[in-house]
Amino acid sequence: MDETQKTAETLPVEQPLPGADEIMLNMGPQHPSTHGVLRVKLKLDGERIEGSECVIGYLHRGVEKIAEHRSYQQFAPYVDRMDYVAAVSNGLGYCEAVEKLLGAEAPPRAKVVRTILTELQRIASHLLWLGTHALDIGALTPVFYCLREREEILKIFEKYCGARLTTHAFRIGGLQYETYDGFERDVKRFCDDFATKVDEYEQLLTGNRIWVGRTKGIGILTGEQAIALGVTGPPLRASGVKWDLRKAQPYAAYDQYQFDIPTGQNGDTYDRYLVRMEEMRQSRRICLQAIENIPTGPIMAKVGKVLKPPPGEVYHAIEAPKGEIGYYVISDGTVQPYRVRVRPPSFINLQAFDTMARGHLVADVVAIIGTLDIVLGEVDR
Amino acid sequence: MQAVIEFLKTYAWPLVDALIIVAVFPLLAGYVVLLERKVMADMQARLGPMRVGPHGLLQPLADALKLMIKEDIIPESADRAIFWLAPVLSVFAGMLSFAAIPVGPGFLISDMNVGLLFIFAVSSMGIFGIVLGGWASNSHYSLLGALRSAAQLVSYEVAVGMALVSGLLLAGSLSMKDIVEYQAQHGIWLVFVVPIGFVIYLIGSVAETNRAPFDLPEAESELVAGYMTEYSGFRWALYFLAEYSNMVVVGSVATTLFLGGWLRPFSGTPWLNFLDFVPPLAMLGVTGYCFYRIPKQTGGDQKFIMAIFAGICFLITLPLAAVLAPALAAWKVPVHGAFWFIAKVMGYVYVFLWVRFTFPRYRFDQLMRVGWHYLIPLSIVNVMGVAVAIVLRRQAGWNPVVSIGVTLVATILAALWLVRAGERREQQSARESEAAG
Repeated sequence: MDETQKTAETLPVEQPLPGADEIMLNMGPQHPSTHGVLRVKLKLDGERIEGSECVIGYLHRGVEKIAEHRSYQQFAPYVDRMDYVAAVSNGLGYCEAVEKLLGAEAPPRAKVVRTILTELQRIASHLLWLGTHALDIGALTPVFYCLREREEILKIFEKYCGARLTTHAFRIGGLQYETYDGFERDVKRFCDDFATKVDEYEQLLTGNRIWVGRTKGIGILTGEQAIALGVTGPPLRASGVKWDLRKAQPYAAYDQYQFDIPTGQNGDTYDRYLVRMEEMRQSRRICLQAIENIPTGPIMAKVGKVLKPPPGEVYHAIEAPKGEIGYYVISDGTVQPYRVRVRPPSFINLQAFDTMARGHLVADVVAIIGTLDIVLGEVDR
Repeated sequence: MQAVIEFLKTYAWPLVDALIIVAVFPLLAGYVVLLERKVMADMQARLGPMRVGPHGLLQPLADALKLMIKEDIIPESADRAIFWLAPVLSVFAGMLSFAAIPVGPGFLISDMNVGLLFIFAVSSMGIFGIVLGGWASNSHYSLLGALRSAAQLVSYEVAVGMALVSGLLLAGSLSMKDIVEYQAQHGIWLVFVVPIGFVIYLIGSVAETNRAPFDLPEAESELVAGYMTEYSGFRWALYFLAEYSNMVVVGSVATTLFLGGWLRPFSGTPWLNFLDFVPPLAMLGVTGYCFYRIPKQTGGDQKFIMAIFAGICFLITLPLAAVLAPALAAWKVPVHGAFWFIAKVMGYVYVFLWVRFTFPRYRFDQLMRVGWHYLIPLSIVNVMGVAVAIVLRRQAGWNPVVSIGVTLVATILAALWLVRAGERREQQSARESEAAG
């Protein structure tokens, strides 16, 4: 509450510009392209944006507070509900953070399966982003193609752990379930089909003059600005900063695989689009490498039924589809965490909105919200 | 009494025609919507409406019924009178245009000597409905949508008008009937004579009817629903009807002026007369397909409805086939003319749909730039080119093919130069903003 008030005061949105007739336009929380319940207050001069303010909190559920009243294992499903379009990645970050706190490590087989599922989730998340982003900009068709391919990934998740969206796929210490018969075959088949599908999306959009016109030069974020604002993930890389936690601080089994980190130069919406398209190809490449050689062995480390980490604190971050998702977990030696603080990429990337939107037109707002790829469940928690 | 009889004698047929339009057109528009949804579904790897009737064939009726029985909401702060008037005005303008549209030589309500101008003027009036509706709603989104719509129409009306002029210069008449007859006499559709005019008209008409990628006034991802945001129920349906009737109107104008109206393709070539068999065979094919689908429907009522549709298609086939008989030769042109006209209009509308599902939406300033920087200059050059071609033929006695060809090449060169200049200008402004930023 305090935080929102303070931002409202420091932003020049509330100060009237002398001699200008502005319209205050309230976009959301019920607006078709604010991706949930984001509310954006826009100060317009005609259709030009003079200032903006994001009002959040409509989906606040106090996830971090809930953690303090649950055991470590009980809290794991809650993290799936933050970024619900990339639940597997959220779970991986939490499980690895608690494992770090416990001083345990998942067995190699579990690590590889985690990597495969997380990369599939990255593709699924990017697909949903591409579809909705294109839909916001007015291309009605790509969303259906994207959902078609995403469906194949969700089917793999469903076969693996029984759930499609909020999967709770991993456990602290490894995996609960062995992979099902034909898991490798399913992933391989998806990856084989997917190569041409990405080209198909690119054919529809990449060279399209209207698409280029709508995205090139829109919402420019320079590398310095991005770092200053704490932006991570594809928006950071599109600004030319080669920073990917999978390479910088390898976790799970990423150090075993070859993949490139795509970067952009201009930091505009078009570059972010290209970066994400390339990331999907790289994720496919990782999946194909991982599927070739899944080590055998146990899938669960010996962590015991009741988790009582020694007192201490740990910060662990992974590269989620939307950026760096970090968990700061403090243990006081009991079965419940003393505090869990989440660093959600969507929330921090959303801060860049005002910087990106100023001087653009109302129509660009939807392009910029789309390109930030936010999920309100994660912003509000 | 005498006066009434005199009146009826003169205007009976136009009145019947008008009744047919008012009664049948909304239904037709409903089926254009169904067609749009089916085409969209096909392009997007889906099935589209499948539930109401076989293959969703009764969906338009269900939609109309739903819209009619919905609660009639007028926002508290709206200007009630204008809020009421605006959609009526829109749909009125759309319907009025049909008065001058020749659906074949037999079905033309009024053969005005200024038919094209009449359609052009009346369909532009529809913008009043949009602007007034947006203003009367008293909502920011509606107002922005209405303003965009007005600006867009003003910009593109010029280019569209110029594109029409390029055709008119050749036809030498504003009467819709004369325009088609000119094309019949010369045995060539005007689209092959002034292709650039046709392309400009195609782009401009998409913009004028507020269809994607120029659907900014109702851009759902930005302005919720633009000028229609506050409208619901039957009033909303009227706007919807106006939009689709506008689509059909611009399609009809393009068909009449550029695509030979009711003429059969190659109507002047006797050895291609077997093309006369296309209309009945096409309808017979549709009938056959409907019959083929009957046993595949689930449930008796679905089968029955499918059978009804098959029967309707067969009933349409009968006259199309009957007029091929030498005894009924006088009816051949009107009946087949209507078929070809509707087929061409549908083809034109299909292009609208195809474009809509393929392209993202333009931004407002980009839309304006396309209109003012490219389309309007190009349309003026095109008109001048056509005028020069006519002068060369009539005064200097050039071969028509040569004169048209020369000016066409010149116009295309002008278009290429325009695009190059536009790109240079954009690059320069990008460099300037880079230097400034």
